[in-house]
Amino acid sequence: MDRIAFDIAHLLAGGLVLVSFMMIYQERLTALLNVFAMHAVVLALSVSWQAHIQHAPHLYVTAAIALVFKAMIIPGALHRIIRRMGIHREVETVVGVGLTMLAGMGLVAMSIVLMLRLTEAADTFAREDLAFALSVVLLGLLMMVTRRNAVSQVVGFMSLENGLILAATGAKGMPLVVEISVAFSVLIAFIVIGVFLFRIRERFDTIDLGALEEYRGENQ
Amino acid sequence: MNALLANPAYAILAIPAGTAVLLALLPGYRLTARLNVAASFATLLAALALFFVPRAAPGPYLLVDDLNIVFVVLNTFVGFTAAYFSASYIGHEMETGKLTAASLRFYHAMYQLMMFGMNLALLSNNIGLMWVAIEIATLTTVLMVGIYRTHAALEAAWKYFILGSVGIALALFGTILVYLAAQPVLGEGAASMIWTNLLSRAAEFDPAILNLAFVFLLLGYGTKVGLAPLHAWLPDAHAEGPTPISAVLSGLLLNVALYAVLRFKMLIATHPDAIAPGPLMVGMGLLSLIFAAFMLYRRRDIKRLFAYSSIEHMGIIVFAFGMGGPLANFAGLLHMVMHSLTKSAIFYSVGHVAQIKGTQQIDGIRGLTQSHPALGWGLALGVLAIAGMPPFGVFMSEFLIVTSTFAREPLLALLLVFGLLVAFGALILRLAGFIFGEPTGKVGPAEASLAPLYAHLALVLAAGIFLPGPVVAWFRAVAALLG
Repeated sequence: MDRIAFDIAHLLAGGLVLVSFMMIYQERLTALLNVFAMHAVVLALSVSWQAHIQHAPHLYVTAAIALVFKAMIIPGALHRIIRRMGIHREVETVVGVGLTMLAGMGLVAMSIVLMLRLTEAADTFAREDLAFALSVVLLGLLMMVTRRNAVSQVVGFMSLENGLILAATGAKGMPLVVEISVAFSVLIAFIVIGVFLFRIRERFDTIDLGALEEYRGENQ
Repeated sequence: MNALLANPAYAILAIPAGTAVLLALLPGYRLTARLNVAASFATLLAALALFFVPRAAPGPYLLVDDLNIVFVVLNTFVGFTAAYFSASYIGHEMETGKLTAASLRFYHAMYQLMMFGMNLALLSNNIGLMWVAIEIATLTTVLMVGIYRTHAALEAAWKYFILGSVGIALALFGTILVYLAAQPVLGEGAASMIWTNLLSRAAEFDPAILNLAFVFLLLGYGTKVGLAPLHAWLPDAHAEGPTPISAVLSGLLLNVALYAVLRFKMLIATHPDAIAPGPLMVGMGLLSLIFAAFMLYRRRDIKRLFAYSSIEHMGIIVFAFGMGGPLANFAGLLHMVMHSLTKSAIFYSVGHVAQIKGTQQIDGIRGLTQSHPALGWGLALGVLAIAGMPPFGVFMSEFLIVTSTFAREPLLALLLVFGLLVAFGALILRLAGFIFGEPTGKVGPAEASLAPLYAHLALVLAAGIFLPGPVVAWFRAVAALLG
């Protein structure tokens, strides 16, 4: 792989980690959804660059799914949901942004050290790509853990999943990437439908999961 | 059609998939419930045919070997009895208005789709396909857990969904890492994801990547097995969904995830320089066993109690496979089969009990053997069996696990026995009053289908008294395969 192609791939994968960080400190749901749309756009760019340099046209399908489904349809649907539920102006108190950011940096450092040390046998691009991908996955997990709002948790999960797609496209010649991205899209669609159709707000009066955890099924 | 007849594996997949489409289109719950049972029975027959039809060579997508035949037959058998139980259970739910005709149509279609997902996961020879199949099975069960749309059911489904998705995501990362380890040896493309290829060349892979992959896979699929500390979804999902689904979750879905772990364990074990997968599995298994055993004491909800018991037993099974060796593997395999049969039998009786009494709270129900003898005694036998009393099969498998561990690691065996005793005490303590004593609560007539319950119990009892020679030989061969 020539130098410039390598650098662009790096830039895009690194960009994904950066946008993951941006998501961690978004307090407004609308802003969070917009940043997530950006996350998906960066992923689409990264995947199509991989498709270009690996001469793997099927990856363009994955990129298109990321662009159309995750950057447009899903954020659009979630925008509508939160407007209907009347929580689009709500400010979610993110516990200790500074602390979460520090934890995030720790996770990124850990994944880079771990991946680079353990994958010496793999080719240079794949291992660095995997280090970035693991960072995105862990940052997504971090977000799911620190947020209490169901919509933010879904967004956290989707960013985690973007990290997995990044990993899958970085592993050269991996089959089934398209199928896996389709499977994940279906999964996400189900979550979003779940939030919407099950009308969590109606049932729980609030979409704040903190209010749900009182119920343990033990005290009827 | 010829292909379907030549290779039963195709039929095992095509019947549930086709029926799922049909069930989504057909109206009327009586018809669909019967069709569901018939399709499950046909799938079981196809699975049994695997024993007789000469096996096709492993293809790029499907594989039939000694190991997965055990899982497939168990899967389709419990799938059939659960469908049979479900038909009477669901009828009652319709009468009481807990489910509507539309949600029932959805339920039956999802049931077959779930069977398809699980069978595909068991038969797949491609680690990517296996992952997709387990995801299908997870999704469909999430939807069924939430089917009552009550506060508790939705929360349970959400929790299951989030934790299950995270588990599945970690498993995919592990799968990608396995591909990355295989790619330099087997070349780019589909060849590096075919399990039989991977197994034959695993010794040449880079050990560091394999180690990392196994950790991700164990955590990811381990979440779905319900291993502590990743078990949080399991009790809720079992307690709030329809009882046939609780039975299928406990009896089958946990096994499917376990099967995935075992496949990758076999892969890692062939590499001389990779980490030994055993100690990790032994540790997680023991932790789950002891943790769940203590949690059993404070349960007030009957289905939740048995959900914790499932965590306990999955812990024992993972422990046994972690110990490895012919005897422990044999015992683990036997215990897995016994647990599936016993636990689903228990859920069949608990489902009817909860319907009659209108509650799942243990305190609200007393004296079942007096008010409903057939159901009460069935449950009593099931509880004795699952607690590990002789002469049931669970006793035999637990005994084998304990003795084989004593011979090799006496300290671990002590911990194991400790966990077993704690769990035994909890089950007897919590359920003695439930089953015996003066009946309280509603004593309505029981419209229960007892056949699946007693069929399972009879099998468990028979296995405890006498295991036929061919079965023993088969399990031995599988145990040797597992290393």
